[in-house]
Amino acid sequence: MTSAAAGPDAAAPPHRGRRRPRWGDRLLRAYTWLVLAWLLAPVAVMIAFGFNDTRSKSNVSWQGFTTRWWGRLGDYPDLTAAVVNSLEIAAIATVVATALGTGMGVALGRYRFRGQGGTDLMMFAAISAPEIVMGASLLSLFVSLGVPTGFGTIVLAHVLFSVSFVAVTVRARVAGMDPAVEEAARDLGASAWAAFWRVTFPMILPGVLAGALLAFALSIDDFVITQFTGGATVTFPLWIYGAVRIGVPPQVNVLGTIIFGIGVLVAVLNAVAGRRRRG
Amino acid sequence: MRRRITPYLLVLPGGLWLLAFLVVPLVFMASVSTQQGDVVTGFTQAFRLANYTDALVAYRTQFLRSAGYGLAGTGLALLLGYPVAYWIAFRGGAHKSTYLLLVLLPFFVSFVLRTVAWRFLLADDGILLRPLKDAGLLPEGFHVLQTAAAVIGGLTYNYLPFMILPIYVALERIDPRVVEAARDLYATGRAAFTRVVLPLSLPGVFAGVLMTCVPMTSDYVNASILGGPANTMIGNIIQTQYLVNNDYPAGAALSFILMAAMLAGIFAYARALGTENVLRVVAR
Repeated sequence: MTSAAAGPDAAAPPHRGRRRPRWGDRLLRAYTWLVLAWLLAPVAVMIAFGFNDTRSKSNVSWQGFTTRWWGRLGDYPDLTAAVVNSLEIAAIATVVATALGTGMGVALGRYRFRGQGGTDLMMFAAISAPEIVMGASLLSLFVSLGVPTGFGTIVLAHVLFSVSFVAVTVRARVAGMDPAVEEAARDLGASAWAAFWRVTFPMILPGVLAGALLAFALSIDDFVITQFTGGATVTFPLWIYGAVRIGVPPQVNVLGTIIFGIGVLVAVLNAVAGRRRRG
Repeated sequence: MRRRITPYLLVLPGGLWLLAFLVVPLVFMASVSTQQGDVVTGFTQAFRLANYTDALVAYRTQFLRSAGYGLAGTGLALLLGYPVAYWIAFRGGAHKSTYLLLVLLPFFVSFVLRTVAWRFLLADDGILLRPLKDAGLLPEGFHVLQTAAAVIGGLTYNYLPFMILPIYVALERIDPRVVEAARDLYATGRAAFTRVVLPLSLPGVFAGVLMTCVPMTSDYVNASILGGPANTMIGNIIQTQYLVNNDYPAGAALSFILMAAMLAGIFAYARALGTENVLRVVAR
């Protein structure tokens, strides 16, 4: 997405540089910033109210600044349990989805085989199907077979919706790779196994890591499919949803802020690493 | 020989997972959708197609409302998102990736938490409305929550980045020299946009509309957090049937009607835009 960003602009400036910015441009710029401000407003509010010195549990109006809630994250044991569930589910689902998705991505990016069209179609369906239909059909399956819903079924469902995203990410990486490199390794006497792990795999690793990050992010954020397949098991988003009517405590804002901070940090590090790799 | 089985070995585990938990469940849901009974006495297969007509008759309002909210939200997202994508692609300069990161930043906060933050912002006595009411700028009984506007606004907010990104990608691919050429050939600014830029960005618009309309129409989180009893969408009904009433046949029938309606809508839309291959456009 960003790799192409530098290209076309280089050719353009001569005409544009001389022109003074017109009203339309200024208007468009203001409009863009307005939309960006709208997009970011709830994020800012979430962060700010994690520092709100509120007395009641409801946390609706500003009472003054405090960092108290950061030290009292564990006040609600069921909230802590929900966060732990979310992290565990995301970790397991990420590992499984990354393993399965990498295999699919490599196969789709490098080989022509029977069933390729069907695999593509299933992946497309998994990415674009409405979540509620996936959740409802999974619950139909579990109910029909008498499978109790809970932690295991959530993991199963999370692998299902992330595996295609990993496969697509890895496939893009594999497709952009020169097959001659691996052939050269083979010509130099490497076994197929060694050639894959020592030559091909390091080349597709950025794609695999990007896919894994995506899978983790999708899993930790998921609400709809988790609600359908979770039974009595509660994850972080489910806990928040349940707390809406009685009031969301400031601890949720703090936890949201921490997750947000980690996400942004990883995204920035990833971008920096990507830029360095490209030189 | 080994070469020939390698791709199958690689694709099989993931492929089987998709088959077992994406395709097979649909078959089970189809079977459940014609069953009869209740959760206490058990469900039996009765091939009762009336489940579908019953569901359609009973929840016609919610189906129509979902379609209305989904279309309104998609239209709003297009209106809000296109100019933003345009500005980032053509005027973003060296900071394009920074602007894109800003567009994506809300995604680092959980979907439910973002929606809860809006509920908080728009609360009747919250930080936005209370001061305005105290200043006499709004009548005391004024409220935003529990209205259609709140739900449509929430839907638009939550899915807007999915509209901006594909349009941005399409616009970014346009060679600025093509636009310059149009201007050199005496096209006005407006003509250069409507006859050159806009047609070239249509695949992005197409993908953006698909990526926002489908999840918006089937959403129930925004309606239940920001809306009231008069704003229930079909997703709320399916969720209630499955998780509260345990009326799986009704829920399954509703899910299939929703899925069929959306597929029909997507293909009608693809035809109208003259896009031959929906899969290919979205996959890119």
